[in-house]
Amino acid sequence: MTTTAPQVGRDSRKKRGGVLGNTGLYIAVSVAALLFLLPFYLILRNSLSTDPEITGENWKLLPSFQWGNISELFNDPTVDFAKSMWNSTVIAVSMTVGTLLICSLAGYGLARIPYKHANKVFYVVLATLMVPTAVTFVPSFVLVSSLGWIDTYRGLIIPGLFSGFTCFLFRQYFLGFPKELEEAARVDGLGYWGAYWRIVVPNSLNFFAAMATITFISGWNAFLWPLVIGQDPSSWTVQVALSSFMTNQTVNFHLIFMATAISILPLVFVFLFLQRWLVQGIAQTGIKG
Amino acid sequence: MSTTTTRGVAQPAPAKAAPARPRRRLRGNPTFNFWLFTGPFLVGLAIFVFVPIVWSIWLSFFDARFTVTPSKFVGLDNYKSMLTNPNFTGSLVTFTVFAALIVPLTWALSLALAMLVHRLRFMRAFFRSVFFLPTAVSYVAAALIWKMSIFTGVRFGLMNTVLGWFGVENIAYLSDPNPPWYWLVIVTVRLWLQAGFYMILFLAALQNIPAELYEAAAIDGAKPGWQTFRYITLPQLRATSTAVILLLLVAAYQAFDEFFNIISTKATWGQTPLMILYKTALGENQDYGAGSAGAVILTVLICSVTLLQGKFMGFGRGEDSK
Repeated sequence: MTTTAPQVGRDSRKKRGGVLGNTGLYIAVSVAALLFLLPFYLILRNSLSTDPEITGENWKLLPSFQWGNISELFNDPTVDFAKSMWNSTVIAVSMTVGTLLICSLAGYGLARIPYKHANKVFYVVLATLMVPTAVTFVPSFVLVSSLGWIDTYRGLIIPGLFSGFTCFLFRQYFLGFPKELEEAARVDGLGYWGAYWRIVVPNSLNFFAAMATITFISGWNAFLWPLVIGQDPSSWTVQVALSSFMTNQTVNFHLIFMATAISILPLVFVFLFLQRWLVQGIAQTGIKG
Repeated sequence: MSTTTTRGVAQPAPAKAAPARPRRRLRGNPTFNFWLFTGPFLVGLAIFVFVPIVWSIWLSFFDARFTVTPSKFVGLDNYKSMLTNPNFTGSLVTFTVFAALIVPLTWALSLALAMLVHRLRFMRAFFRSVFFLPTAVSYVAAALIWKMSIFTGVRFGLMNTVLGWFGVENIAYLSDPNPPWYWLVIVTVRLWLQAGFYMILFLAALQNIPAELYEAAAIDGAKPGWQTFRYITLPQLRATSTAVILLLLVAAYQAFDEFFNIISTKATWGQTPLMILYKTALGENQDYGAGSAGAVILTVLICSVTLLQGKFMGFGRGEDSK
């Protein structure tokens, strides 16, 4: 991907006596990069500072590295941060596994199984994309509360598994899946189910990895639904706990920022590690031009 | 041996459906397999998407406070009360201002970043990662940094500290809607969070523009820079731009997290439609009827905006699924 820079761009830049233009380009992109990294620096700096260092007027670039802030956060009696981290992990992992399983199967069915009403079914799925999930939270809350699922993992996880959007993305992907591979499966005498698990899935791991990352991130970062369903503090996710810090007067600045830093760290690692698949996955989603 | 027999058996079975393409078929009955694959998803979709929507429409015609099994039919009263509720109508104005700011700004910034990164000869992956990284951060965490570290309104906040070096007085960004400084906070936080994602879409599209187009333009005498951008790049990105704008609009409609965490929920300004619905349905009154009516109004609005945009900008023209 990185190596396919169009030759023309390079040539024309060379013709313009590139060194100056190139320097300008790198200055511009570096300034932008610094601005984009600034908030990350602020979190790290503040999370390892004392409160006076954060709220004092004399700004110092580096904090005094209060590593004790970490244990102080996890021992804080007002918010059970460890529990909320655990809740978020359980929710994000099960949502990822469940969504991938359910939506990829459906996407494959819609894209590749020759059933005469498949298109009608697909339009029904498309219609749900028009109704944004955030707007359906009132009726969904009504349903989940009448099922008695408030404050439970079930209530936090299951309604989120049936993502019309993820199903749509899988369908788009499978439409472009090479037919030759499935013909090989046919020669081997496999049925749809066997071909799917033995041929299609093993050859689509890149896309699955990308979708897994996207689902995990959105599960980890979700706020409105966990806020609505998680009414008891023991069922709070990290995001709800963070939000409660902002309105809770007794929690200190350094703890707030330490909590933020810890809530972001796992994702940043996931992100940097899986970046290649993520970028490919997003580029492949069918929203490209 | 078994291979040939199974094929021989499987072929005549779906003969009625499509005699023209039996050799493309996998073994097994397509109809059964179709439902096997899509069934679990469709059942879940029915329970957790369609049932709530229908239930919501039902509730919106009833007086439903603290209950989801109402008895008193009130007709369109819930709709009337939502549409005459200054908080709700005000929230629609808030959304409109927000969309008018965030959609073009994100579009321009993500396209600019994509074009910068696209032209880089080395360290391209590094800069792409830097701009993409904020996508990993939650709106809650970002709101926290913006509210408690950058735009605090007192001197220890980064913005006022920097402005202070130039002798500018402290600006209270979030406590007063006059002048509406809070838009600066709200818009920049979302710009930072989402620009990298859309940059990736634009990068993918830029890589798909055939190099011959630029060669042809150069031969025709188009100057590199603005002319090339205006007559080659921009038209070639049309399909992606349309999709990006649509996604941005829908995302703007659903704005909740950063508004909820940055702007005091007690404030009468800067409330998005979802915040009003949240307060109506889950606040002190638990008014599910009015909340549902608001949700229906919002859904209708979003659908019409989406369809209108599709009509004007030809959504999907260049990127048909097949």
